[in-house]
Amino acid sequence: MDERKVEYSSIELLASVASRMLEDKKSVFVGTGLPMVAAMLAQKTHAPNLLIVFEAGGIGPLIPVLPISVGDSRTFWKAVAASSMHDSMSISQAGHLDYGFLGAAQIDMYGNINTTVIGPWEKPKVRLPGSGGANDVGSLCHRTIIIMRQEKRKFVEKVTFLTTPGYLTGPGAREKAGLPEGTGPYRVITQLGVYGFDESTKRMKLISVHPGVTVEDVKANTGFELLIPEAVTETQPPSREELEILRKEIDPTGMVLGH
Amino acid sequence: MEILEEGSGELLGWHDPDEMRRWVLQNKSRELKDKTMDVKEAVSRFVHDGDVIAIGGFGHVRIPMALIYEIIRQKKRNLALLAKTAVHDADMLIASGCVSKVEVAYCFGHELRGLSPASRRAVETGRCKVVAEISNAGFQWRFLAAMMGVPFIPTRVMLGTDTLKHSSAKVARDPFTGKPICLLPACYPDVAIIHVHRCDVYGNAQIDGILVEDFELARAARRLIVTTEEIVDNERIRDEPWRTVIPFFTVDAVCEVPFGSHPCEMPRMYFSDEEHIAEWLRLSRTDEGVQQYLEKYVYGVDNFEDYLELVGGVKKLNYLKKVEMLKVPMKAPWAKR
Repeated sequence: MDERKVEYSSIELLASVASRMLEDKKSVFVGTGLPMVAAMLAQKTHAPNLLIVFEAGGIGPLIPVLPISVGDSRTFWKAVAASSMHDSMSISQAGHLDYGFLGAAQIDMYGNINTTVIGPWEKPKVRLPGSGGANDVGSLCHRTIIIMRQEKRKFVEKVTFLTTPGYLTGPGAREKAGLPEGTGPYRVITQLGVYGFDESTKRMKLISVHPGVTVEDVKANTGFELLIPEAVTETQPPSREELEILRKEIDPTGMVLGH
Repeated sequence: MEILEEGSGELLGWHDPDEMRRWVLQNKSRELKDKTMDVKEAVSRFVHDGDVIAIGGFGHVRIPMALIYEIIRQKKRNLALLAKTAVHDADMLIASGCVSKVEVAYCFGHELRGLSPASRRAVETGRCKVVAEISNAGFQWRFLAAMMGVPFIPTRVMLGTDTLKHSSAKVARDPFTGKPICLLPACYPDVAIIHVHRCDVYGNAQIDGILVEDFELARAARRLIVTTEEIVDNERIRDEPWRTVIPFFTVDAVCEVPFGSHPCEMPRMYFSDEEHIAEWLRLSRTDEGVQQYLEKYVYGVDNFEDYLELVGGVKKLNYLKKVEMLKVPMKAPWAKR
């Protein structure tokens, strides 16, 4: 009960929620930033045997301090292998990666992601970094988890550029395009709530709202028609232990958590 | 093979494998010969205006910065950059006007440190043009096809996306499964530059830690310049031949440049110099700032040794060694608070 009084930031909540989705003895393909924080937190709490894979070749590290790149030496610290991109991408393509963890600038109701450009591709208003490994993770991992900030201009009817595939245009579209069967977005986590995807329509649906957030808040920050089930639960806030690990062990300089 | 879709991106670095075999036969020597030279000579001999160029390492990790600075100093122009997680290297080359086209897997950002003000400005104002998109796996498999000597390689990435529409890939019906499959064209850079931990005078090179895609890239490139933290005896290479990542016959030049990745990281040797990177990120917010940086750190120094003195010399380098080995915590001067 004491935990209710614990103060936390929305970004710490995101990290905690994301980390709890990662199961022990499973594998996860991790990108820069919050996904790293979440994977480290999982490894330091309920999932000590989480197999973390980085695109540049770090396989199964026991990450000592927060890496600042998916290729720096912390990504293969006490790892089972310091390998190559050909290896990490090939094992993903062959089906060894259970979860993929991504960020996004824009997302639509089918979980399609844009990290390439805002405005026309030929004449960009804002040029973003591009796919990086995101398209590969979203194409090849069994389940993709997306962590991002939710605003109306980010939760959009149509992404201005489809960088990484979600369910594309709906049920069956991924398989029709030739993507590995049974793959696709699994969860979306924002500062407002947690979302999943409806089994039959492949459209995004609300699962839980964070403490203090209403369904109306969620709708007001969504630019497409979101599926709202009758029973919406409240997200479990981060525990004192999790916050302690996040602040003292994982990100003491506040690079990601910004405290 | 039935073609289902074709990307509209510019096809950079592609050659017919037979043409490439002829080129290799005529231009790549199998002779064990001393290829050591300074970075000035290596860049002037092997990097030409208009070349398709690829840079080894990943992001801010194991980047041949001494060569990057020398390319800027020699004012090479119209380079086409294969931006495979090209971060600080790409930002510097684009900001300084050396690169006019980019094929992008990941560019215009500094990962956790935020977006690149200078190279984004160049792209958003049209000074530098993105000619194709691709994914990270896509790029390294383009190099894999090239090193294998085949025209393309089938993969299951990029399907169904705008990344594919703006790439140089094609989608075909796979004759075995009947499913659509993405065919990535081989990519032979005109020149690749790679920084390694150690290498002999002939170019036999070892890398500690992750290879990223340098195994494939070294074999795919027409010309290859290797910079190394240290030159070692050939005997040391032969004592542990299983550690050779890049064999001598792929290498055209060997340059010994201790701390040659600075301000980027060299795994298990020194960490990235976050204070220096923060200085670049701050200055590169304006074109004037870019010039100020280049005057001070690139045009204003003759060689990499003088540059290392300028960025803090032995004291700074010793500190970076300690950060790398987790003996002191890193600083993140660019972090949002």
